[in-house]
Amino acid sequence: MLLLRLARRPFFWVIALIVAVFAIAPLIGDNVDLRESLVLDALYIILASNLNIMLGYTGYINFGSIVFFGLGGYICLWLVSGLGLPLAVSLPIAGTCVSGLALVFGLGILRLRGHFFALATIGIIEGVQAFVQNFKPWGGSAGLYLSGGVLKQIGGPANALWVIYFLMIAVMGLSLYLSYAVKSSKFGLGLLAIGQNEDAAAVLGVPTPLYKALAYCTSAFLPAIAGGLFFFKSAFIEPASAFDLTLSTEVIVVVMLGGQGTVFGVALGALLYSELRGYLLTTATFSNFQLVISGALLLLIVLFFPGGLMGWIYSRFPRIQKVLE
Amino acid sequence: MTNLLELKDVSKRFGGVQAVRDLSFEVREGEILGLIGPNGAGKSTLFNLINGVFKPDTGNVVFQGEDITGQKPYKIARRGIARAHQIVQPLGALSVLDNCTVGACFGREDLPLTQARETAFEVAQTVGLGDRLQMRASALTTAGKKRLEMARALSARPKLLLLDEVLAGLNPSETEEMIATVRAIRDRGVSILMIEHIMRAIMSLSDRIVVLNLGSKLAEGTPQQVAENPEVITAYLGDASVTHGEEASS
Repeated sequence: MLLLRLARRPFFWVIALIVAVFAIAPLIGDNVDLRESLVLDALYIILASNLNIMLGYTGYINFGSIVFFGLGGYICLWLVSGLGLPLAVSLPIAGTCVSGLALVFGLGILRLRGHFFALATIGIIEGVQAFVQNFKPWGGSAGLYLSGGVLKQIGGPANALWVIYFLMIAVMGLSLYLSYAVKSSKFGLGLLAIGQNEDAAAVLGVPTPLYKALAYCTSAFLPAIAGGLFFFKSAFIEPASAFDLTLSTEVIVVVMLGGQGTVFGVALGALLYSELRGYLLTTATFSNFQLVISGALLLLIVLFFPGGLMGWIYSRFPRIQKVLE
Repeated sequence: MTNLLELKDVSKRFGGVQAVRDLSFEVREGEILGLIGPNGAGKSTLFNLINGVFKPDTGNVVFQGEDITGQKPYKIARRGIARAHQIVQPLGALSVLDNCTVGACFGREDLPLTQARETAFEVAQTVGLGDRLQMRASALTTAGKKRLEMARALSARPKLLLLDEVLAGLNPSETEEMIATVRAIRDRGVSILMIEHIMRAIMSLSDRIVVLNLGSKLAEGTPQQVAENPEVITAYLGDASVTHGEEASS
């Protein structure tokens, strides 16, 4: 129903176009470098789009969005290496488990508001990381390794990278459509109302505790699957890389940069940020300099462009709001 | 007439302040009940007790025969009590139409989005916001925001509408329009409980009036009865002899 309704609007096809460009571009001339750069762009788009449901729509700053990604990675790798399940089965299981956990966490910590919620989400990162570091079945602080043999199920090492790439692009497409579908739904309207004024929303009848928990849970599913793919690709996961507060903060910068609450803006912000980051990481003088940049960027946005890129574009070209959500 | 809303011995204390004390009254089906009283009499607190923002310390709130004491605001909204706030609370970044759609979506009828938008569109027209549907709510004037409060509440298609000083801050012609709007809403079968300081308006609109002072009920009756009640005159204007003296001299 909703999908059919959305398909009548131009933005539906804008997303389809973005996904198509991502899928086709590296195939031209078998461009492996481009593929590796785009897979990271896609990852940032996935993480930022899903965080946007919490941060942009519902107005809750979640510093712990990376927990979904890390836990998804852990569950997926453990299912593949420990239980010998195929990747195709492990990914959705990882997504579902993490979403379920998010629902339980969410019903608890979403009673908090503002700074207190933000602090609690940092607590969740630290708590989950500490748990995993001491959890023997997941290798404790040493982490989990995949043996080369598991790649056979997706066509051996050479094909595997392509398969993972296309899966990542698919998850990216789903993330964009999810953001868009949520925004265009009654659920999304309730979230936007909460984001504007939670008390007023409750008086208007929005079931705020349930909606917030559902938003938290919804925003966990696809990042968990992306985590599964990402760590399957590197064949290794350890607590420090799975629950990296830096990446979590970067994703917040990306959402603010693109324009919180917009679907296209956040994707654009993610793409620009990821490309800039890639450039700075590979220039010798600027090792880890991207963090300085992202800090400065966040300051500039908060001070001068609270609407982000998209807010700026909307104010220049108001008509574009009809096409780009 | 049957009772739509009944308050039975409701009390609420904030620290050392007894905001509402053993208060009982009822709102009948189809009536406009005015609620007046000096500042700090507990009027807005009473609204918060009715729609679940606060839980009463003692007593019961009964709506359509069911006890709704202490239920969450969103559950009470779903049952058909909508509220326009005294201090306007627009969903600032959303358009006027979206603000009303929230009311329609999550109100008594629990409408799906498309239908809710239609309802919101209609209501916005009747309240006089038809020309500003796509405007951001935060960009509205004070009078516009007051209307928006009203429109959002009405979009929920409520049984009972709580209006908290919707006339405050409006100029005379806007006040006249708003009074006409309130009448029109009642004529469509919505019961109204309204707080108002503008005496002329509340006297002409209300079927009955309840007077609060220091959290308790001072008087109750038709506008005529209340206006002639010596205790009410004292609470509002000070010593009765002084007022009578003024009348004699004028």
